[in-house]
Order: sequence, then C-alpha cells, then structure tokens
Amino acid sequence: MRVPLSWLREYVDLPATETGRDVQAKLVSAGLEVETVEPLGADLKGPLVVGRVLTIEELEGFKKPIRFCTVDVGTANGTGEPQEIVCGARNFAVGDKVVVVLPGAVLPGNFAIAARKTYGKTSHGMICSGDELGMGDDGSHGIIVLPPETEVGKDAVELLELVDEVLDIAVTANRGDCLSIRGVAREVAIAYGLPLRDPALIDVPAPNAFGYPVQVSEPMGCDRFTARTVTGLSPEARSPIWLTRRLQKVGMRPISLAVDITNYVMMEIGQPLHAYDRSLVQGTIGVRRAGEGERIVTLDGVTRELHAEDLVITDDRGPIGLAGVMGGANTEIADHEAAENGGASTTDVVIEAAHFDAVSIARTARRHKLSSEASRRFERGVDPQAAAAAAQRTVDLLVLLAGGTADAGVTEIIAPSGPHTISVPANHPDKVAGVEYGRETVVRRLQEIGCDVYGQDELIVTVPSWRPDLAEVNDLAEEVIRLEGYENLPSTLPKAPSGRGLTHRQRLHRRVGRALAGSGYVEAPNYPFIGEQVFDQLGLDADDPARRVVRLTNPLNDEEPALRTSLLPGLLAALRRNDGRGSHDLALFETGLVFLPQEEQRVAGHLPVDRRPTEEEIASLDAVLSAQPRHVAVVLAGAREQAGWWGKGRPADWADAVEAARAVAREAGAELVVRSGQYGPWHPGRCARLLVVVDGAERVVGHAGELHPRVLKALGLPSRTSAMELDLDVLEQVGDDTPQAPSISAFPVATQDVALVVDRFVPHAEVEAALREGAGELLEGIRLFDVYENAEQLGEGRKSLAYALRFRAGDRTLTVDEASAARDAAVALAGERTGAVLRG
Amino acid sequence: MKPEEIERMRDGALAAFAAADSLDALQEAKVAHTGGTSPLALANREIGALPPHAKAAAGKLVGQARGAVNKALAARQEELEAERDQRVLVEEAVDVTLPYDREPAGARHPLTTLSERIEDVFVAMGYEVAEGPQVEAEWFNFDALNIGPDHPARGEADTFFVQGPQGGTESGVVLRTHTSPVQIRSLLGRELPVYVICPGRVYRTDELDATHTPVFHQVELLAVDEGLTMADLKGTLDHMVQSLFGEGMKTRLRPNFFPFTEPSAEMDMVCYVCRGESVGNPDRPCRTCSSEGWIELGGCGMVNPKVLAACGVDPEKYSGFAFGFGIERMLMFRHNVEDMRDMVEGDVRFTRPFGMEI
Repeated sequence: MRVPLSWLREYVDLPATETGRDVQAKLVSAGLEVETVEPLGADLKGPLVVGRVLTIEELEGFKKPIRFCTVDVGTANGTGEPQEIVCGARNFAVGDKVVVVLPGAVLPGNFAIAARKTYGKTSHGMICSGDELGMGDDGSHGIIVLPPETEVGKDAVELLELVDEVLDIAVTANRGDCLSIRGVAREVAIAYGLPLRDPALIDVPAPNAFGYPVQVSEPMGCDRFTARTVTGLSPEARSPIWLTRRLQKVGMRPISLAVDITNYVMMEIGQPLHAYDRSLVQGTIGVRRAGEGERIVTLDGVTRELHAEDLVITDDRGPIGLAGVMGGANTEIADHEAAENGGASTTDVVIEAAHFDAVSIARTARRHKLSSEASRRFERGVDPQAAAAAAQRTVDLLVLLAGGTADAGVTEIIAPSGPHTISVPANHPDKVAGVEYGRETVVRRLQEIGCDVYGQDELIVTVPSWRPDLAEVNDLAEEVIRLEGYENLPSTLPKAPSGRGLTHRQRLHRRVGRALAGSGYVEAPNYPFIGEQVFDQLGLDADDPARRVVRLTNPLNDEEPALRTSLLPGLLAALRRNDGRGSHDLALFETGLVFLPQEEQRVAGHLPVDRRPTEEEIASLDAVLSAQPRHVAVVLAGAREQAGWWGKGRPADWADAVEAARAVAREAGAELVVRSGQYGPWHPGRCARLLVVVDGAERVVGHAGELHPRVLKALGLPSRTSAMELDLDVLEQVGDDTPQAPSISAFPVATQDVALVVDRFVPHAEVEAALREGAGELLEGIRLFDVYENAEQLGEGRKSLAYALRFRAGDRTLTVDEASAARDAAVALAGERTGAVLRG
Repeated sequence: MKPEEIERMRDGALAAFAAADSLDALQEAKVAHTGGTSPLALANREIGALPPHAKAAAGKLVGQARGAVNKALAARQEELEAERDQRVLVEEAVDVTLPYDREPAGARHPLTTLSERIEDVFVAMGYEVAEGPQVEAEWFNFDALNIGPDHPARGEADTFFVQGPQGGTESGVVLRTHTSPVQIRSLLGRELPVYVICPGRVYRTDELDATHTPVFHQVELLAVDEGLTMADLKGTLDHMVQSLFGEGMKTRLRPNFFPFTEPSAEMDMVCYVCRGESVGNPDRPCRTCSSEGWIELGGCGMVNPKVLAACGVDPEKYSGFAFGFGIERMLMFRHNVEDMRDMVEGDVRFTRPFGMEI
C-alpha cells in the first residue's frame, strides 16, 4: 500500500516538521512494515509553470515530426514575451494549457534545463510530459494537457503536487484495514497520540424503499449491500488534477472520472466499490452463487467459466460481475473517449458498496487467477460498517465533480450480526509479554484501537468493525504489547530442563562428515530433483526398485519432476560442474535423504485441528509418506594424490571409493562386509557390494568402485570416475558406538611372513579370513603387503598374496616353534578353503 | 724411570692429538700414544720390574701422565665429532618452505557447519535437536500450524506438491515449506515441557537466482512450558546472537503476522560489523547492513494457542515461543557470500576455505 504523506496529513495533524522517515520509524515500531519512503520531486527545481500554446509550426525534413511552438507563460519568464520551444510530442493543439519548464530549472534525474539549439531553432525550455516530471503513469505517455481553466503563469510544482513523500507499506495478511489511507492514518494517529479525522464519519441518509432494487439470495457470502444511484453525469467532466495526482501517487492509473472516483474512495476508506452503467443494468441486481456452466466476460475482456462456489452479481440476464473481484463488461461505464468513438457516454450510474465473505472471494480470485485491488481487500478483511459511508462519499464526489444528481433512493441490505466480543483477563497481556502493564494501560490501549472495553479483572472487549482479525485473546494481547512497544520488552532467559545432548544418530552424521572431509572429500549438498532418464544413463535395470520415484505435480523444471532415490545423480552433476570449471582432481561427498515411495500410493487424510489427533490418525499420515532414509555417497575423479617435488601422484580409483565406505562404517562402529558385485552404474569388474549383518542375515547397504565406462560416457564424466553410496540409517542401526578395549600384551611380538599363490579370482578377503581363523588366538594382526601376478613364475591365471602375520601371547614370550606352528595352521586352512599354496 | 722421559711421552701424545685434524688421524694418534705398544703403555709395564721403594713414585708419575693423555684424547675426540656433525647436518639441510599438498584437504559445507554451530548453542542450554521428514503431510506442514485450507501459501505457486494417485495435488503430501512441522511432531511425540531446535532442509517454488533458492535450510526453535513469555523469547534470541556474533549483540522485535504465532514478530539483530554506527554516518558506510544498523534475521512469536490445542497441549496451562530463520541468509551476511548460487553449486573452490567448522 502506497501512502502519500500529504494525504495522511488530511486526517492527522502531524507536526509540520515530521518527515516521511519519521513517520516510517513510528509505524515500523507499531508493526506496519514501511519498506521504503519515496521522495517525490526531491531534486526538482523550477521554474515550472503553466503555459498556453500560441502557435505551432511543423518543422519539415527531419526523421520524426518536430514542432516549433510559441507559448504564453505570463510573466514567469521575466519578459512576458512568448516562449519559443521545440517539441517532439503531438498530443496538443493551439490554445491548450501545458506545463512548461524554463531554462535554469532542474527536472528529476538531475536533468538541467537550458536554452539550446536543436533542429535549426533555439528551444528555450520544454513542454513537459508526466514521465519527465516523475508523476507516474497517466495513461497518455504524451505531454500533459491541463484543464482549460488553469491559470497561465501559475507555478506547476504546486499545481501538480509534485513534491511529496510516499510510504510504501507491506501490509500483512491480517491487516486489511491498512489497505486504506484511513487505516494507516488511524495507526499514525495512535502512534503520535493525535486525534484522527475519520473520512468514514460522514452523514449518510437512512435506507429507504425506493432505492435501486437489490436481492441478496446468498447472505452468507454477502452480508451487506448498499446501492446508490447518481444521474445526469456530465460527459465533459474530467478528473481534476488533485484526484489524478493522488491516484498516481498510490500507484493507480487514472481512467475516467467515475472510475477514478470509485478508486479514490476505495483507497481512502478501504471499501471496494463498483459503478454500473444504469442504462445497461436490466432489472433487479442480485447476489447469488453462480450456476455450473455459467459464463461472464470480466472488465479485462476475459471470458470466464464460472464455478458453482463463485459469488456473482446478476441482473435479469445473468451475471454482471464477479462479486468482490471484478465487474462484468456488459455493464461497464463508458468514458468520454468511448463516447468520442461513437458510443454513448454513461450519464447514470448505480454504485455498489458491498461486503463479501473473505474466504469465498479468496477462492474465486485464486480459481480464476485474478487478483484485483478489490479482491485483495476483501480477502484481508474490509470494514462492513464503512460501506454506507463509502457509497455516500462516492455519490458526493460524483455530484461535485461530474455535475450529477444524487437519487434520493438508498438501498441497504444487511444480514443481521452482532459485534464480536472477546472475554479476556485484564492481566493476560502481562502474562504473554512478561511485563506488568496493569489494567489501566491494557484498557487504554484497547480503546485506542477502537475497542469498547468493560469489566474489571475480566474484560469484555468489543472489537471495532474494521479489525476482523481480532478474534482471540492473544490477538488483543498483541495489540497492547505492540503499542507499548516490542522494543520495551525485557530480555529474560527461561531455564530449560537438562537436555540429553545429540542423539547417537545425530553424532554419527557429524562424525561421518568429519571423517570424509578429513580424508580429503569436499561436501557438496545437492538438490533432490531428478529426471527419470538419469536411471537409463546410470544403467539401472528396467525393474530396479530405485526407478520407483516420488513425483511432484509442479516441479520447477519439467525435466526434473521426481525426487532422488540415490545421491549419485546430484553428486555426479556437481563433479561434472567442477570439472568443467577447471577443477579436475575431485573428491566430493554428500549425506542426505533419498525418497522411496510406499508400495501403494495413498492420500493423506484431513485431520482435525481442534484436538490432538489419535496415535492411529498420526500413524495413518506417516504411512502415506515415502520412506526417507539418509544416504552417504562419494564420487572421485582425477588425482587422489598430487604429483610434486616428492614424486609421482596417484590417480583416484575404485579402491578409494571402497575405502570411503570402510571409513564410514568405522565411524558407525559397523562391520562392513566387502564382496565383489555387479550393479547398474558400476564397472562390472570393479564393483564392490557392501553388506552388513542385520539380525543374523546379510543385507546389501550399498556399492562402491569405478563407474561403468558407458555411464561415464552417458553423463559426460571424466574417465575412471569412481563412486560409493551407502544407506547410513542401516549402518547406524547395526553400529556399536561403545568399542571394547583390547588387552595389550607387553611380551615381544613374533613376525612371520607368508606368500600364498591362489587362482586370480579368489578374493583376498577369503584368504585373509581363512588365515585368521587358522592362526588362532595367538594371531595379533595380519596385513596384506604385496599382490602380484606373473605367469612365468606363478603360472597362468594365478596370483601371489604376501601377508605379514604378527603373533603374540598375553602371558609369555612365544617361541619360534609356537609362532611357526600357528603360521602353518593358518596356511593349511587357507589352502583347504581357497586352494592357496605356499610360494616355494 | 726419569720424570723428564715420562713428561716427554705425555707431551708427545698431547701434541699428536692436537695435530690430528680428522677423526681418522685422531684414531691413529690414539693407537700410537695410548695403544698397547705406545711408550706410556710400555713405561707402565716397566713399573712392575722396579724395586719396591721406587714403584709408588713411578706409578704415580705414569698414572698422572696417562690420565692427562686420556683426557686430552676425549676432548679432542669430542671436538672433532662436533665438527663432523656440524658439516653433515649442514649438508642434510632442506628447503622447509616446500609445499606438501600431496593430498588436498577436504571440507564440510558451511551450511552444514553453521547449522551445527547454531544447534550447539542451544544444546548447551538444554535444548534437544529434533528432526522430521522432508516429504511431509499437509496436516503437519499447514493445518496443525493454523494455516487453513484457504491460505495463499498452500497454493502451487509457493509449495511443491507430491503427486497423488490421480496425478494431481490430492495427495495431501508436500515438500515441507518450513521446519515448523517438526515443532508439531515434537509436541506430539515428546513429554512436556518441550525445548527443541529443529534444523533442516525446506523447499519453496522459487527459481534459483542470486538471492533465492528452491531448496534451503532453516533452523527453528520451539519452547513450550508453563509461564513462558515474550520476554523469554527476546532473552533467548539475545543469547543466540551473542553466542554467534559476540558480546554486546542484541536483537530487536517488530510486530508482524504469522498464522502459527500470536503475538508475532519480525526479528532483527544489530549489525555485527558496524554495531549500528554506520546509521546516518555517510563517512562510515557499512556493506553488511547497507548502513541500516540492523540485519533482518527471521520470524518469531508466541506459539498460537490454536497450535497448542491441535497438539493436545492445554493453552490455559502452557505457553510457548518459537522462532525460525534461514541458514543461507545468515551464511551470506556472516561470511560475505555474495551470490546464493555459490552455496548450491557444490564448487570445491567455494567450500574448501570453510574447513571443518565455522
């Protein structure tokens, strides 16, 4: 809501020294969000005067038509001689009154005016357009032509009210009353402790039986309808400057006198109004719900299919307006321009000032994607008691400015309703704020905003008609607290009960992040939006469960309408983006939720809000939601170790990806089983299947390794890109976060190395497991320190695995024989299980 | 055995040691002057053949000479070793300014670490961290928070809807638009009093640009107990900004409107850079707060009694306060991030400098 300071001053006697900034500070503190204070004409300097065009000479031979004019500016130019001015605009004629800026003046934008040579003539100033004066849109885009009665030589800065300040207020959804000058003026008056001259406090004639006939058949949707008639409007009447200027300052475009007046009164009082051309309305005006299939052409020229819940204004033919939203084209009042184009100018109008149900209007506006000044106000709450005054104000202005005659008939249909009262303990605001205001202050503040207050300890508060948002006791508490000043609230700290710190799961999430970052990975959280073609690019089977996705009805990008079931698409895209930006040695990680739809797609029901839902009701909602496990993933490409003065670098590979999985499992305290596997995105020979034991059964929790060359090609990834993804929630469930201390023996260690030859497809993990088991209790540690294949020495398809075994006893120094015996037992079991033979 | 002879032997040895200019030369001199066939060793051996009355004097004479020789040898040995060490250590010197970026450092994302930093402030006060689903039922995300069915925020213009069985928005399921549904889940699932902090990802249908992102992070706080007041809310906010931005920081509340709180307020904090001194002071402009002196933080208020009722909490007995704000925004003004896109693109150049914690 744009509020000119000059207009506010009409209702509140603010001290002359108060600036827009001062008022802004007061209103912000009272709770109105004044976003900006726009100074109008702050850098404007005259002389800027009214002139009368004396002569126009069309200059020939230029690319565009140019006029050389002489203009009578009275004595404003010091000589009284006609002012010679070159002008490119054409929307004026000899005899028109125009705005002339004279040399020495400065226009908005620091545009200094001086006599200058142009088009072979000397131009001594300019004939001004609204744009050049910073006036806003007047619809013409041409120069300003003033009413003929305007006095030549008069100062145009004052005439056009060019110097002002406009407060721009972001009105919250509950404060419909502040979508009017009246409402903002009331807040200003309270903030300054000054009286308000309420523009809605005017004499209104009592309703009578001979007003325009109106039939409201939907009193729930329309609890008030006032109709007034004005006849004999002069077709020549135009909006006066003060009216158009105020509309421009609040951001509205002047259109025609009758429309401008209804808009003006809406801005002033907050009551949306509509003017019907009486000659076009046939019979009784009605208010009802639309019939299914009914249509209306609204003022914006759009044909709209109506919904059975839409509230419409009708005449004998059918809908003539979408109630509270927009009028219909079939009863539109015609302005003088329409009349000039051969139509008949409207001379008689019926004024509607009605009050409609906020929810009904909001739904209609949303259904038709049609938000108007009227609907915005009705949605947020309009003062029903101001309807009659607003209608009267409109009638008065039509009589005054358009030469009309007010019809004596006054129609007023009101659905009976009592005022809204709230019972509130007098100390309730104190208890909400934590401040002792005392009853007297509470009552005074409530009265200031227009409440009637009775009672001692328990107050009976009748809220004013313009504040439908005041419905509950805390609403009243807020009014008291904000007027007493939020800035005056003390600062106290409540004593929270002793908390238990982070949960196991929360600590694990932090540890995993630190562990991966500690091993060189950079965290890259990604959007969860994916397109399903990525599953083909990742090489997933047609029946892979990861292809079942949660879809959005309104994705930002139609290419990505689904939610991720894996972290890899996002993380690989981040890797590609980094690579494209010149970072080639990359190790990225992400932990985040993936979204797995339920087997059966269902609808979450509507639960009540006036009581706690039952456990079954809560469970019924949760059952509809997708499963949302937390995953962790890494991707790598380029060098894992850089080359440098120390020697060669090392490329990132499958082993890094598998080690990342091990690192995560270590943090979780989970035992991770690594097996060779084959799955969608991974290189079939370089893919590890990652498992854990849950309740005695092995369960796959993820994969790691080098990606499939086809995937790299499909996604445009660097060669040998490797990746890992794990279900962190399962790891957390099986993990043990209380590691047990080993017993540490101080006796000497006995080391034995063995080199075993096995078939090349025998996994190390199996050989090591057999060695461990065979070596028995004396084994302290085992480490694979060499792997090699050499057909000549080992035979075709064979490989050598070299292990260092460390033996130690807790109670004695081992003899060489004891250690050797344990080693031999280890080798024997490995031979039995995996066919391993000691290398000769 | 003449004393002059013994002294000559001793002086000969001392001279030889002094003349030795390397450890090898000293070794030779050592053999020559202290070895089994050296003059002093021979002289020592001769003592046994002397008559008894001469033995003591001769023994003393030779013993003193041998003592002096051994002492000189040890001293010279130490001298020469020190010289050698000096030389070798100089030869072994390296350029310690060489880089060692063999394994480039990793880093955690600042949105993660800033969120944790905020959580820790409240965990230290006794609050617990509460989490909830990101795909959420409308009842939790809207209805229970007093955001009625006709509230404009519930439209497709602001909220991502999960497709229902008929392919439309009938699912009753959305991507949560704030972390407030976690407040509802906490009130339903925890014993009173409830003091929780709810961090997490939220979603709104804003296109990504320099100041907006459709996926962002919030931290919300909820305290429900007997007798909580707006003053407690103010104190909690002040404590938070002091913990995050230093001593002397404070907040300001401005009235506002949210369906889930009543009274409601917008919260600002004093600009932690200029502390308000840039206001009306064109000589000292402040980029962080645009010389406003205050930085907008988020929304807050007293939990609307209707919200308590929807969770089965008696509003006559309990009251509560809540606040919430965006982590991205705080990261922007706390660390001078100029473009929202930098936070979502996962560029390692952006993230690395933030390290493990902020």
